[in-house]
This record gives sequence, C-alpha cells and structure tokens, in this order.
Amino acid sequence: MSVLDQPAASVHAPAEDVLTASGLTGEMLTLRVLKGVPGGEAAEVAYQVPVVTGMVVLDAVHYVQHNLDTDLACRWNCKAAKCGSCSAEVNGHPVLLCKTRVDDLPAGPVTVRPLKSFPLIKDLVTDVSRNYEVNREIPPFTAAPDDGTPWRIPQQDIDRLYEFRKCIECFLCQDVCHILRSHDYADRFYGPRFFVRVASLEMHPKDVLDRREQTREQGGLGYCNITKCCTEVCPEHIHITDNAIIPLKERVADVHWDPVRFVGRKLFGRSGD
Amino acid sequence: MSTQVTKVSPASLASAPHSGPGPVERILDSLPWWALPATVVTVLGLFGLYSIWTAFLTGGINQSGTYLSPFYSPTIWKTGPVSPALWVLGSPLLFRATCYYYRKAYYRSFFWDPPACAVGELRHRKYRGETAFPLFLNNLHRFLFYLVLIVTGFLWYDVYLAFWAPNGHVQLGLGTGIMLVNVILLSGYTFGCHSWRHLVGGGLDCYSRSALGQARYRAWRWVTILNQRHPVWAWLSMFSVVITDVYIHLLRAGIFVDPHIVF
Repeated sequence: MSVLDQPAASVHAPAEDVLTASGLTGEMLTLRVLKGVPGGEAAEVAYQVPVVTGMVVLDAVHYVQHNLDTDLACRWNCKAAKCGSCSAEVNGHPVLLCKTRVDDLPAGPVTVRPLKSFPLIKDLVTDVSRNYEVNREIPPFTAAPDDGTPWRIPQQDIDRLYEFRKCIECFLCQDVCHILRSHDYADRFYGPRFFVRVASLEMHPKDVLDRREQTREQGGLGYCNITKCCTEVCPEHIHITDNAIIPLKERVADVHWDPVRFVGRKLFGRSGD
Repeated sequence: MSTQVTKVSPASLASAPHSGPGPVERILDSLPWWALPATVVTVLGLFGLYSIWTAFLTGGINQSGTYLSPFYSPTIWKTGPVSPALWVLGSPLLFRATCYYYRKAYYRSFFWDPPACAVGELRHRKYRGETAFPLFLNNLHRFLFYLVLIVTGFLWYDVYLAFWAPNGHVQLGLGTGIMLVNVILLSGYTFGCHSWRHLVGGGLDCYSRSALGQARYRAWRWVTILNQRHPVWAWLSMFSVVITDVYIHLLRAGIFVDPHIVF
C-alpha cells in the first residue's frame, strides 16, 4: 500500500535504533507533508518524527525519507542555508527547511508544503526554471569597450553591491510576492529576485547599459506595490524593497516622472544625474 | 621543532544555548495575520477623522499664545469661509499618502493587496498595481517632498517662536518641549524619505567620478541611517502631530495651563 493510499492522519512509528541515538529529547513531532504529483492525487500525510536537540525541519524530512517514506521527494544540498535548494512552505510561511528550527515553531503539528508560486514536480520539489528564463532576459554586466583593465574601484562605489551579491537564489521572494503568487503575472513581472539583479547592474560603477526602460516595460516594475513581503522572507536579510526595488522605481521616476529633469534633458541634453 | 599546545576549556567549546525568538517576537508570531492590518486601519482611520475634526470643525486657528498647531502652520489665510488648515494640510497629507512606507501600510490594510505575506487575496480581479491611474501618481512623491521641506522649515520657525513668551522674554514651557519633539520627529521622517535618499546620492552609480561625489556619498549614508527606521519615524511623527495639536487645544480651551519658566 503506498503512502498516498493511507489516510492523511496516519501515523508512522519511528525506528527503534533512532530512539537510542544521542540528542533525542523524548518528544515526538507530527510532520504533515503534502505529497503528490501534477495531475495526480495529492494528500497531506502525517508522520511522527522523534525530536532531536537543534533539529531543523529539513532534519525531520530526512528522517521521514530514511525511515518512514523513502518515496518522499525533497530538493536540498548544503544544509547550511547557502545553496537555496530546500525552499518550501512551513506552516504557510515560505522558508528554507534547513534554517527553520523545530523548537522555534509554535507547538503542534508542523505542515510542510511545496512553494506555491511554482509548478509542482513531486511532493516538495517544484520547477523553478522560469526564474532562469527571466535571468536570461536581463542584459548582463557590460563595461565600456574603452575601459581598460585592471580596474581600480573605490570602496564607496561598490559598497552597495555587496548586499545584492548575498542572494542565494532560493526564490522565496519570488514565491511570496503576491503578484506572482496570487495574480499569476509570471509572464509580465520579473519578480523581486530579478529586480535585485537589475539594481546590482544599474548601480555598478563600471556598467554602461541602461536597463530602466526594460525593467519598467518587460519587467513590470510598476506592478510592485512595495508590500515588503520579499524582504520579510529573505534568508540573507537583503533589504530587497528598500535597497533594490525602491531605488529602481526612483530611477524610473527620473525618466518618466520628473519634469525638471525632462526640461534639463531637452535644454542641455543631459539627465541631471 | 617543538609543538605548542594550548589548552582549551571544555566549556568554551560548548555551543551557545539557542534562545529562539524573543518574547515580543513570539507574541507577534502568535497573532493572527489580520491583527496588523486591522490595527493599521484603526489607527490611520482615527488619524484621518481627527485631522478632519481639528482642521475644519473646531473653528479658527488652533493657537495659544506663541504655540501654533502644526495643522495650521504656516498660516497663509487667517480669515475666510474655509479653514486656514486647508491651505497647508494638503502637502503633508499627500506626502504621507505617497510615502513608500505608508503605501505598504495601506496596500496591505485597506486594499488587502495582499493583507499579509503568503495570505490569499480576497478579491481576484485584474491587478494593475502602480501602472495605472490613480496609483501611478504615487511616483510624484519627490515633488511632495519638496513642498514638505517648506512646511518643515515653517515648523522649525514655529518652535523658535515658541521659545519666546508674549512679553518678549525667553520661555521654556511644556508646550515648547512638545513642539520641539514634534518637529524633530517630523524632520526625522522627512529626511529619511526614500525619494530624498535617491536624490541626495542614491541615484549615482559612481561617487568617485561625480561632481560633489564625496559629499553626496556621505549624505546618502546619513539619510540611509534615517531611512532604515522610516516606519518608526512615520508613526512617531504622526502621533506627535496629534499630541501637539491636542495639547494646544487644551490650552486654548482653558482646560490646562502650560507649565513654563520665563527667563
């Protein structure tokens, strides 16, 4: 009998040898995982997992995979919150499974579901390839052809960009953004991760391309209503809204919403920047 | 060749105990998702009602001695069929309405777009965000910033006047302190504005090669410090405006006498 044939509340007993391992707290966690494939049946299956000191939700998923349900699919890699692979939704919140401690969660069953904004592949694994397609649409870093190397860039010119380089592409921001999640505007909206990328290129002192118009038109920057959910879920604590999206909106406003600069451009042929 | 051994106490190798979320964080986490939007709607709604009451329904200018309410500053027309507050309230209110922080607050709380992160929206209609009228007018925030700069200048002048008793002597009163705190909070909010942060230096790509680049880089960093607490400045300054106005109403109605020292 497959796991999906069992009732959602069915309980699996933990393996005896695991109970003897060090670090066990003696408590049991009810882990409810959404299992399913596209077009097939989906069910929330409950597992009983022994709680270990310092346990993260990914540990609990691994316990299930190793001991209770070897069929459970979950993408992960580093288990150090640096690869961005184990993104999922725990109790309805988009998080990294490897960075979410069980003892930080409210008492009671813990629900784990796949990212809602991306097509499901199987169980907790989703297809995030659309993000890479968007990435290809953004013109890469381009320096002036006559800008000879090696470059010497003063620290102050590059300070802002370090924050953007912390992005681990977990796509939690893309998942939580209501424009992609609720309105399904993947065909006309880049999403927070790619506004961060555009901002990192636009603010680069050696980049000479202007991506503002493309970000406004194809990227749908105007759809963003800056509700800051992307910032709230970022595991790298990147201030996506304040440091990337709003500065981009202001740069677009320089072109489209600033009569003073418009007159300056007409009279003197410069932007006034 | 000798080997140097440094003894390490076992206690220093023990991992620090995991404290987890703090008590405040735990309380906030335990609140239902609608608690924050409901609070914002209540507070902003009450502020809107209070603004209408004090600006249009109390009669005349809310002023007591040298204390002038921020709702009436600068006083452009003292007489006329409509309240003098009408001429000055527009820019500060529109400045807040187009502020990036307040946009977040009202999009979540009033428009429910979304009401909270990862919470489904109640209305599934064609979403246009800030690409269409009237919400694209939020892009004019920087011009309201310029107007609010003028108003803030007048508020500082009002505080200066509040330090002078009607008989020409210097005074230190509770009202002086309230007005001073109010204008400091308003300035912290105004000069932490995202548009100002962009205009002062955030819009530059290369500080080292721009005119006044060093000064603009330093200015951008200072504004960034204020900007990081923009929501706090926004709420505190809104409350301080109301408190200042209420205090002057109380003085004006004779309910309370301003404790002060005249030098």
